[in-house]
Amino acid sequence: MIQAIVFLPLLAAIVAGLGNRALGNTVAKAITTGALFVSCALSWPIFLGFLSGAQVAHVEPVLQWIKSDDFNVLWALRVDTLTAVMLVVVTSVSALVHLYSWGYMAEDDSQPRFFAYLSLFTFAMLMLVTADNLVQMFFGWEGVGLASYLLIGFWYYKPSANAAAIKAFVVNRVGDFGFMLGIFGTFLVFGTVSIPAILAAAPGMAGSTVGFLGGRVDTMTLLCLLLFLGAMGKSAQLGLHTWLPDAMEGPTPVSALIHAATMVTAGVFMVCRLSPMFETSHTAMTVVTLVGAATALFAATIGTTQTDIKRVIAYSTCSQLGYMFFAAGVGAYGAAMFHLFTHAFFKALLFLGAGSVIHSMHHEQDMRFYGGLRKSIPVTFWAMTIGTLAITGVGVAGVFGFAGFYSKDAIIESAFASGTQVGGIAFAIGVFAALLTSFYSWRLVFLTFFGEPRWAASEHIQHAVHGEHDAPSAEHGDSAHHEVHAPTGTAGYHPHESPLSMLVPLVLLSLGALLAGFLFDEVFLSPERGMAFWKGSLFFDEHLMHARHAIPEWAKQSATIAWIIGLVIAWYAYLKDTTVPARFTSTFRGLYAFLLNKWYFDELYNLIFVRPAFALGRFLWKRGDEGTIDRFGPNGAAAVVAGTSRVSSRLQSGYVYTYAFVMLIGLAGAATWAIAG
Amino acid sequence: MNQLGFPILSIMLAVPTAAAIACLYLKDEGARRLALAATLIDLALGILLWATFDSSQGAPQWQFQEHVGVFGRFAWALGIDGIALLLIMLSVFLMPICILASWTSITKRVPEYMAAFLLTEVLMVGTFAAQDLFLFYIFFEAGLIPMYLIIGIWGGARRIYASYKFFLYTLLGSVLMLIAMLWMSNFAGTTDIPTLLQTDFPVEAQNWLWLAFFASFAVKVPMWPVHTWLPDAHVEAPTAGSVILAGVLLKLGGYGFIRFSLPMFPEASSTLIWVILVLSGIAVVYTSLVALVQNDMKKLIAYSSVAHMAIVTIGLFAFNRQGLEGSMMVMLSHGLVSGALFLCVGVIYDRLHTREIARYGGLSNNMPRYALLFMLFTMASVGLPGTSGFVGEFLSLMGAWQVSSWATAVCTTGIILGAAYMLYLYWRVAFGVSDKPDAAAMPDLNARELISLGAIALVVLWMGVYPESFLKPMRNDIGTIVARVDRAKPRFDPDFAVGKPNVKLPVEAAAH
Repeated sequence: MIQAIVFLPLLAAIVAGLGNRALGNTVAKAITTGALFVSCALSWPIFLGFLSGAQVAHVEPVLQWIKSDDFNVLWALRVDTLTAVMLVVVTSVSALVHLYSWGYMAEDDSQPRFFAYLSLFTFAMLMLVTADNLVQMFFGWEGVGLASYLLIGFWYYKPSANAAAIKAFVVNRVGDFGFMLGIFGTFLVFGTVSIPAILAAAPGMAGSTVGFLGGRVDTMTLLCLLLFLGAMGKSAQLGLHTWLPDAMEGPTPVSALIHAATMVTAGVFMVCRLSPMFETSHTAMTVVTLVGAATALFAATIGTTQTDIKRVIAYSTCSQLGYMFFAAGVGAYGAAMFHLFTHAFFKALLFLGAGSVIHSMHHEQDMRFYGGLRKSIPVTFWAMTIGTLAITGVGVAGVFGFAGFYSKDAIIESAFASGTQVGGIAFAIGVFAALLTSFYSWRLVFLTFFGEPRWAASEHIQHAVHGEHDAPSAEHGDSAHHEVHAPTGTAGYHPHESPLSMLVPLVLLSLGALLAGFLFDEVFLSPERGMAFWKGSLFFDEHLMHARHAIPEWAKQSATIAWIIGLVIAWYAYLKDTTVPARFTSTFRGLYAFLLNKWYFDELYNLIFVRPAFALGRFLWKRGDEGTIDRFGPNGAAAVVAGTSRVSSRLQSGYVYTYAFVMLIGLAGAATWAIAG
Repeated sequence: MNQLGFPILSIMLAVPTAAAIACLYLKDEGARRLALAATLIDLALGILLWATFDSSQGAPQWQFQEHVGVFGRFAWALGIDGIALLLIMLSVFLMPICILASWTSITKRVPEYMAAFLLTEVLMVGTFAAQDLFLFYIFFEAGLIPMYLIIGIWGGARRIYASYKFFLYTLLGSVLMLIAMLWMSNFAGTTDIPTLLQTDFPVEAQNWLWLAFFASFAVKVPMWPVHTWLPDAHVEAPTAGSVILAGVLLKLGGYGFIRFSLPMFPEASSTLIWVILVLSGIAVVYTSLVALVQNDMKKLIAYSSVAHMAIVTIGLFAFNRQGLEGSMMVMLSHGLVSGALFLCVGVIYDRLHTREIARYGGLSNNMPRYALLFMLFTMASVGLPGTSGFVGEFLSLMGAWQVSSWATAVCTTGIILGAAYMLYLYWRVAFGVSDKPDAAAMPDLNARELISLGAIALVVLWMGVYPESFLKPMRNDIGTIVARVDRAKPRFDPDFAVGKPNVKLPVEAAAH
């Protein structure tokens, strides 16, 4: 069964990809979407089986892969609780995104290619989550990277899309550099890359040291940090995050599937999968916590100033991933996975909702040109509102809450309950970031759905009104706009609600955002049931889960207070008195510029990595190869031998003969010796 | 005689030789057909060789041996082990593809051209199959003569300069290697390679011998800083010439290291390993950065070859199975992938007659099949798991880690830089808008091109998904080499032992 789940999408991708235009749009779409729905339908029983305790963890070998001495890697599919959780997340969101794309990509002229890429991505992601060894995980890891590259650059005629695609791949490769070294080191230390074997042996290696780059370092810290570098790349953590916002160049369904719900959470999955290993290194755990917390804060601050609807959600994703990491860092892996689970639903919902808005607004992505859309696209509005309630964590303890209420609060409480200093820092940052999350999320809703329509100034709307047709690829980043103060007015444009194929996924994901937390909180997190549910597929800290219920009341309520404050500020600034944002930005000009320009990371990296690399390349080529090696090597030799003026004439004749001659003399010598001997 | 009952290796040499001579007496079309037929026969024989090669445990190391005394100790001695088998397979696989690639693009002196290619095949297969030291030398050195001719006669504008450079670099190394060979046969009293592999040369002499061989092999690989002949040679060579140059001739250096330097001079290999580590590390970073700024497609791929071959050298000198098997896999994979990439360049060069990257763009629109295959080979070059590029790169770097974490960390940056320059190339060629009318008018792959590239693509995926087919034949022989060099395994990086809290490991103790 698991074989069918994993390989059906691959098969569909191959058929649709190679068949392409010969198959036609509808057939290609039907094959890929059908395969995904079958995969999804097969995945849920497995998950439910683990929920009820009927399923047991097992590994299905597929084929020999790489065998070299005691390094032996198989293609194999591992099914345990952790995998099962990821299976339903990946196949459900992917199936819905496939369906959604029927409507969203309806006008595109490369639809088979798009759907083939989506299915290929799903296959790679499934290989990642079913990996039983680190190398297969790396296969999936790189496979999703390839799919992500292809999909970000799907509209390959746009320079910005190409640049974003390459950036995503290369930045991820920086992380992969760490991942690869981590695997090498793990093999050196443990003599195996099988995940269960490593996890079993990891505690025994705690406190040992290993040589690295000439020094001696703590073994487990080194390995965990190297592997974590990989996780940072894939999950866009601070420092290696720069690719994620740019990845919004891809079509919106891609952003929902890959850059929100599934691929970017692979890093969190990896840390949870290897949690017994991370548990052996206090230093590594501290780093994971701090990086996660820093990312949660940093991305949330940027999210408050962005005007492109997709970028706001992208930074929000980045920030939520930070939450998951610091949850893992304080030892609450169950909470990290739970947030991954709920986040997949509500973040996919928000992205697909944003896609629906963009679709109805004729590919305009700038929220400054939205406003008042509540009435024109009510289903989208309600879906986005549910998504926002879920991400901000609205709920009443003991009664009911939206998905994020359970998972995010569990993270914040666990950080407090961990009792460590970094845990405390993470708690404080988590609460503050929750305030920012609430602010930017409601800001998005208010700017988009409330207030007066400000559509008139949008070029896209102007095109639409004047009958010029924009391809969906006219999606663009906020860079296209400069500082604008959009006047109000509809310009006579009438936004339409999206087609059914797009609304059905929105409704289903809304159900997820509504119920995922409420239904599964007990199972994922309660000290008693959690242990039985996870069955050792991740490190489940019962004591921490007990302790988080025993924290002071103010700490428990702080997350709720945070979202209320965030909501009130957003309401005041964007509905009550809309002059507030402008006054704020003119007062804190420097801070605003700093946030708007994303902490100047791109500029900094260009300055210290990209441009020097090109300059150095040119220098080594011109000055190194041509100016030094050739000058003193072959060209110099030619000058010495032949005299500069006659080099070419001498060279044209004779050199092959010279060579043959030298060889002959040598052989004559050899022959002489052979006969004499 | 052997498990087949006929001297298959000699026949594999005789078929192209006879065809090469016959070609000279034929017209253009006849020469093409004959060359294709001869290379296909050799491919069929190669498959037979592979199918009958015994790679079970305990199988004899040298198989299909032939021995005919010529004079004195010099003999027509052929025979292969798994390592030679795989490299022979690579040669005979690429050869028909090269002939196909030259089908219409070569119009001048076609019979001579085909003869030169067939001769190259003879000499390459001969090099890998030779079991006599001087027979090896003849094949090894003579193999370059047809390549000089191919570059010098059918090459581009600066072909004379390129072939001169090629020649000059090679000359010095080959003289030194010959002297070393004479000394060796004098010392051991034999020119039989299997016997020499068992000979323990005095440790004092090993360093000199090792350096003499190194001079020759390092140029062939090529290692930094003796690599500058390669970009020029590639740029000037016709497409098929580049394919053979990158696909097989570069492997002669790696083969030399694995056949001679390591098992014959284990102590010297250990003593001088720092030369390899330093030069490989520099090569990866240096040539990758240079590849990033190239405007000429062939030059870019040529520089990337230098970077990839550095992964081969670092893995070879890892003194363990992963390193050696990984290096072999990189050699095979690089032979296929860089060969395919040069074919990809050739495809569009044939249409537009320029290698300048800026003249292309948006080829995905008018050449979708080409774009797909080019993407596959780009990803294989980048080392994406599931393609051949990954298996070798991964194993060889993993093996190298056990010798030096520094060198491995530096060489692993190649995966970042490699992605940067290859994707940047792909963007400029296949993505973007079709704003150049001549490039936008180019037709997609024809059947001949599709067969050539498709065949390589299948093997690239096969090697990536089920590399066991390729690892199995070499397993015994790599084991022999690992056992042979084990006594000299370098200990100069004693940091590499897992220290347990209360256990003091011998290596760690030795360091203090």
